[in-house]
Amino acid sequence: MTDQELLDIFTRTLNDLLADDTIVLSMETRRSDVPNWDSFSYVTFIAAVEMELDIRFRVAAVEAFATVGDIVAETRTLLKKK
Amino acid sequence: MVTMHWLHRPADFRQSLKSALATAQPAERLQQLAALAQHRIGFVETIQLDNALKSVATGEQAGIGFTRIRLAILSSSTIDHLLPAIRVAGLRRRQLIEVHAGQFGQYRQELMDPASALHAFRPELILLSLTPHDAIAGVPLTASAEHAKQAITAAIADLRELWRRARDDFGATVIQQSYLDVTEQVFGSYDRLVPGAPARLVADLNDLLAEAASQSGVLLLDVARSSARDGIDAWFDIARWLQGKIEIAPQAAPLYGDLVGRLIAAQRGLSKKCLVLDLDNTIWGGVIGDVGLEGIVLGEGSAAGEAHHALQRYARSLKERGIILAVCSKNEAAIAESAFRDHPEMILQRKDIAAFMVNWTDKATNLESIAAQLNIGLDSLVFVDDNPAERARVRESLPMVAVPELPEDPAGYVRCIADAFTEEDRQRVGQYAANIDREALRSTFQSMDDFLRGLDMSLTFGPVTPVELSRVTQLINKTNQFNTTTRRYTAEEIAALAEAPQNITLQLRLADRFGDNGLVSVMILCQNHDDPKVFDIVNWVMSCRVFGRQLEHETMNIAVESARARGAHGLRADLIATAKNGVIKDLYGGLGFSPVPGQTAAGTSRWKVDLAAYTALPTFISRRATA
Repeated sequence: MTDQELLDIFTRTLNDLLADDTIVLSMETRRSDVPNWDSFSYVTFIAAVEMELDIRFRVAAVEAFATVGDIVAETRTLLKKK
Repeated sequence: MVTMHWLHRPADFRQSLKSALATAQPAERLQQLAALAQHRIGFVETIQLDNALKSVATGEQAGIGFTRIRLAILSSSTIDHLLPAIRVAGLRRRQLIEVHAGQFGQYRQELMDPASALHAFRPELILLSLTPHDAIAGVPLTASAEHAKQAITAAIADLRELWRRARDDFGATVIQQSYLDVTEQVFGSYDRLVPGAPARLVADLNDLLAEAASQSGVLLLDVARSSARDGIDAWFDIARWLQGKIEIAPQAAPLYGDLVGRLIAAQRGLSKKCLVLDLDNTIWGGVIGDVGLEGIVLGEGSAAGEAHHALQRYARSLKERGIILAVCSKNEAAIAESAFRDHPEMILQRKDIAAFMVNWTDKATNLESIAAQLNIGLDSLVFVDDNPAERARVRESLPMVAVPELPEDPAGYVRCIADAFTEEDRQRVGQYAANIDREALRSTFQSMDDFLRGLDMSLTFGPVTPVELSRVTQLINKTNQFNTTTRRYTAEEIAALAEAPQNITLQLRLADRFGDNGLVSVMILCQNHDDPKVFDIVNWVMSCRVFGRQLEHETMNIAVESARARGAHGLRADLIATAKNGVIKDLYGGLGFSPVPGQTAAGTSRWKVDLAAYTALPTFISRRATA
């Protein structure tokens, strides 16, 4: 899966969770850039991505993600291991 | 992975949601969203549907066949992700559940502080969702059996106090979630033998919890049992717990919501009542019209035959629990009858089947006939058919009928129905089968009087006591036709009405030569505020099963006698017309009441009768000892 494909999946997931179709994620997006993307909806976002792609993030990795690009990179690593 | 496998996947969820949202008419939009809620949808889709539901404003939802319910959840873990699932499960059952989520871990304060948001919310139901940590944290591994028992007993006593508060201070029905066993094993197989082992503590806690809940009339939301079936990993995800103190894993949220929805529906008397079975390739293998009586696959000797056997046995056990069985099949009736009569491996007997619709008419029409014949709503039917095309057609034309998505292999039929269809309704099957015999009797009698005399009816009645409370609540809340005011009450409200000395409550049971119809009518009379010598009939309901039996006459005779015994000289009653109670629009006139002119709300008429002038109405009902 390409970075853009993952970005599309993440964007759609967040659009659906927050009921906000105006959100468009880029590699540089930080959580604080997105209205209402609070710590609770961050956890549900992570859970939703895990369910959709059938992967598991390490809790330490989830804590360390600073940008959406970090999540994309970690996702690619996990998908490669499958 | 937890899925609601008995529901079918939507063809295109996103598209359906979009077209529902594009519907301008709020009532129509709500119908479309309710239809979408009948599908198997995942965690994110559930949130999307819930968000769409918010687009139908509160004011626009009224009066279109949905019941509103206020539910508060008090928890010691994060539950925000469960709220959409609960609301969607309500939508699935035509209930609009307004949910108040208490502050994380603040449930004690919320219950006790009269200024709390919980008090302002006025919940009808309070769900306590607690993790086992608090209850068992203080017990060391080395605790003696005595010490462990004390800790558990104290934890349950603490819960009872919370329940008491919820009931007394809020008048709410309490739902208690069982404790999810999120503990890790310490002694392996020996865990259950060590009193202080966490797994043993949680197991003992749940045992005592179930006992206490049953004693206190508290509804049990048994997630522990569900997780024992699905596996604890399907229900609890340690990463989510660490990240956000989420106990019920997001992937289990849709099922959790559905379990809550079922409990609420059952509490409101809206359970499923009838299992409608197809015949060929459902209760037996093969097409009997093609292969003949000897050719069908059923019973011992073949694995497939045993699978169909298991389905019949399960249907039989549902019948014993009070679920009505019906058959709906495209077949020659005589051939189908012969299988019930002559096939040695049949577990279901013809007399187990209260309605037998075997013909070549389309199934939706037959299901409507079954509901009409049994005098139950289409929404209380569960239709079981192996043929996906038949299922699709029924879903299309009768969306209120539950149609479990059976797996392809009959081996999985029982599991599918069991997961889709767990109810807690009373023994009623005999009554429904007898109703059909009564109809047959009606057509053979020349006159109505002959028919009524031939029924040999006897009536038992008395005030509403705690024993009748749940049936009385159910009857009042599900009766739409013979319902004079369509006021709905919780069990707690009815208990309060029944206990107040100035009121008269009546519950009536009618039996006849075909069987006991059970508790079929309830009347609530309250002393008039202005004139204590007058009683107001504030609510009167009667089951449609006993329409046209003169029960309303005998009930009024009894009401008049009761009021006279209290020194009253008059009765007064309001009749509030609804779309469904047209059958009683002339009720009070026919009972000797006269209309009271004057100011009432639109659709409401007021009636009164002078007790000195009332003469008892003649009936063919004899009274048995008054309870």
